[in-house]
Amino acid sequence: MDFLLDTQALTDFLSTSLRLSIPIIFAAVGGVLSERAGVFNISLEGCILAGAFGAAVGAFLSGTPIGGLFLGIAVAACAGMILAGLAVGLGINQLVAGIAINILMLGMTSYLARLILGADATSTLPGFHVIAIPGLSAIPVLGPVLFKQDFLTYLMYATVALAWWFLYKTPWGLNVRAIGDFPVAADSAGISVPGVRLACVMASCMLAGLGGCYLVLSQVFVFTEHMSAGKGFIALAALILGRWNPFGAFLACIFFGLSDALQLRLQFNSPEVPYQLFSMVPFVASFLALVLFAGKVRPPSAIGKKYVRGGK
Amino acid sequence: MMLDAIQTLYILRPVWAVLLALFVGAGLIAVAGVNPFDAYAALFTGAFIDYYGLAGTLVKTSPILLAGLAVIIPLRAGLLNIGAEGQIYMGGLFSALAALLLPTMPGFIHIPLCILAGALGGGLWGLIPGYLKAYRGINEVIITILLNFIAINIVSYVAGGPLMQEGAPYPYSNEIGEHLWLPWIMPGTDAHAGVIFALVLAVAIFLVFRFTTVGFALDTIGHNPQGARYAGIKVRRTLVVTMFVAGAIGGLAGTFEVLGLKYRLYHLFSPGYGFDGIIVAFLASLNPILAPLSAFFLSGLKAGALVMQRAVGLETTVIEAIQGLVIIFVAASLAFTYNRSYWTAFLKRRRMLEDTLDELEADRAGKQP
Repeated sequence: MDFLLDTQALTDFLSTSLRLSIPIIFAAVGGVLSERAGVFNISLEGCILAGAFGAAVGAFLSGTPIGGLFLGIAVAACAGMILAGLAVGLGINQLVAGIAINILMLGMTSYLARLILGADATSTLPGFHVIAIPGLSAIPVLGPVLFKQDFLTYLMYATVALAWWFLYKTPWGLNVRAIGDFPVAADSAGISVPGVRLACVMASCMLAGLGGCYLVLSQVFVFTEHMSAGKGFIALAALILGRWNPFGAFLACIFFGLSDALQLRLQFNSPEVPYQLFSMVPFVASFLALVLFAGKVRPPSAIGKKYVRGGK
Repeated sequence: MMLDAIQTLYILRPVWAVLLALFVGAGLIAVAGVNPFDAYAALFTGAFIDYYGLAGTLVKTSPILLAGLAVIIPLRAGLLNIGAEGQIYMGGLFSALAALLLPTMPGFIHIPLCILAGALGGGLWGLIPGYLKAYRGINEVIITILLNFIAINIVSYVAGGPLMQEGAPYPYSNEIGEHLWLPWIMPGTDAHAGVIFALVLAVAIFLVFRFTTVGFALDTIGHNPQGARYAGIKVRRTLVVTMFVAGAIGGLAGTFEVLGLKYRLYHLFSPGYGFDGIIVAFLASLNPILAPLSAFFLSGLKAGALVMQRAVGLETTVIEAIQGLVIIFVAASLAFTYNRSYWTAFLKRRRMLEDTLDELEADRAGKQP
C-alpha cells in the first residue's frame, strides 16, 4: 500500500481507477435512464459489446476515431431497437428480452468481427488522444487524474451531469420518473408510455454503447471477442447501489474502478499468488456491496411490468 | 377441427422460430461467400448422422440438458436463474475435490459420493441467490451473474494453485482414479452415461411437475405470489429450496464433465453451457419433457459447427450468431399466445361471409333464367 504515499504513483493509481470505471459509468447511467422509465435493461452487457464492435469496425473503415464513435453508437442503437421492440412493443418479459440480446450480440459481434476485421483484428486502431485542460490539469494529483484525459472522459462528465439534470430538473425527466413509478397516472396525463419507454431504452443502449466505444477507442485500440467481460453486469449492480440516481451510480462505479485498479496492482506486485484470486475482486466487491449496503432499496415501482392501457 | 389446427400452429411456435433463425442464419452464411445449403448439410450430417459426430453431440447434450433443467425449474416459479454457469463450475470443483482428496475406496461408493458432492457444490451456489431473493428481495439475475464470475475465478484459482498438477502447461489438476470414470454408451467414442442420467432426470422432473403438488405450487408462485401465500404455500421457503435444487442440477452438469469426459478439473472447462441452458429452457417452452429434444438440437448445432468449418471453411462463431437469433425469435414468439375466443369469432365471421356469398350466388342464379 506504500504507493499511496508517493504522489506520482498515487496519480497513476487514481488515473487507472477512473479509466477502468468509465465504461461502467456510461453503462450505469444508461441503465438508470431505462430503469427509471420502468424497463429493466439486462442487455447493457450486450450493448457495451455492440458499441465496442461498432467502434472497431467504424474506426477500421474510416480510419478516424470519430467514425468509430458514430458506428459504435449506431450498432448499440440497433440492439436498443430490438430490446424496445421485444420488451415495450411485444411486451414479453424484459429480463428474457435482455438476456436474449446479450446472447445475440455475443455471437453476432464475434462472427462479424472475424468477417470484417479478419486478419487485421490484432492491428492497432486509431483512437482518441489525451487532451490536457490548461490550468485545471496543473492541480496536484487530482488535476492530471481528472483533466488530463481524452475526449470520451470529458463526454462522460457531461453525460452524468446532463442525465441528472434531465431526470430531476426538466419536465421530461419528471415524465420518465412518473412512467417508471406509476404509468397509469402518466398515461392519463397524456404522456405516451410506450413512446417514452422506447426513447429511454434506446438512449440507455446508446450510452452503454459509448462505454464500448471507450474500451476500443481510448483503452485498448483493438476489438476482442467478449471484451465487455461482465462490465455491463457490474454497471447493473452499480445503479442499484447508486439508488437509480445518475450521480449515485457514478460514485458506485468509481468504487468499482478503485477496486479493479487495486486488484491489478496487487496482481502485478505479487506474481507468486495465482492472479485469479485478484481478478475476482471487482465481482466480489459488487456482490458484497449489494448484499451489505443495498438493504433498503426501492426500485421504480412499475419496473419490469409491461404497461397495458386499461389492463390489469 | 379448424380451431385445433390453429392451436397446433401456435404450440409449434418454437419450431417456426428456429426455422426463421436458420433462414436468417443462411443470410449470415451467404455474406461470408459460402453456399448456405452446403453449410447446413455439413452441419447436420456432422451433428446427427455420422457415428462419431452423433457421439460428439451426445457429449454436449449432457451438460446442456442439465443446465436447461436448472433454468426451467426456478423459471416456473418466476425466478430467472442465469447462474447455471457458476453452478456448473462449483459442481465440477466439489466433485473433483471429492474424487481427488477422499481416501481410496471402491468405485460403487466413491462415484455416488462424488456425484453428491458435485450436486451439493452447485446447490450451495444456487442457495445464495435463492436466499437473497426470498428474504432480502435482491434481484436474482444480478446476483447469479456476479456469482458466475466468482465461481469461474475460484475454479481457475484451485486448478491453477492448490490442485494444479506439477509441471502442467496450463491450469489443470491431477487425473482422477480410473475407477471413477463414468461408463461409455457408444463404444470407441467419448459419449458417456451422463446424458442418460440427464434424460432420466428430465423425465422425473416432468412426472413430479405433472403428478404432485410441487409443480402446481411453483406455477402458482410464478403467476401470483400473493395468491400462493393465501393458498398456504410457504413462498419464501419454496423459492430457496427451488434454487437449491436447480443449483444442484447445474452442479451435476459440472460433475459429469469431470467424471465422464475430462477426468481432471480444468480451468474454464465450461464454454458457456450455463447460458445454453437458458436457450434450451425457452426452446422447450419451460416443459421438462421437451428439454431433451431442444438440448439435443442445440448440442448438434455446436458439435456440427466444427465439421462445418472443416467442410466449407466457415468460422464456427456463425453458430453462436445463429444461437442468438434462435433465442431472439423464440423470445419474440412468446408474445403470440393462442386466443381461443378470437379465433372462434374469426372462423364464425368467415363462415357468415361464405354463407352470404352463397346466398348472393343463389339469388343471381334464381334471377337469371
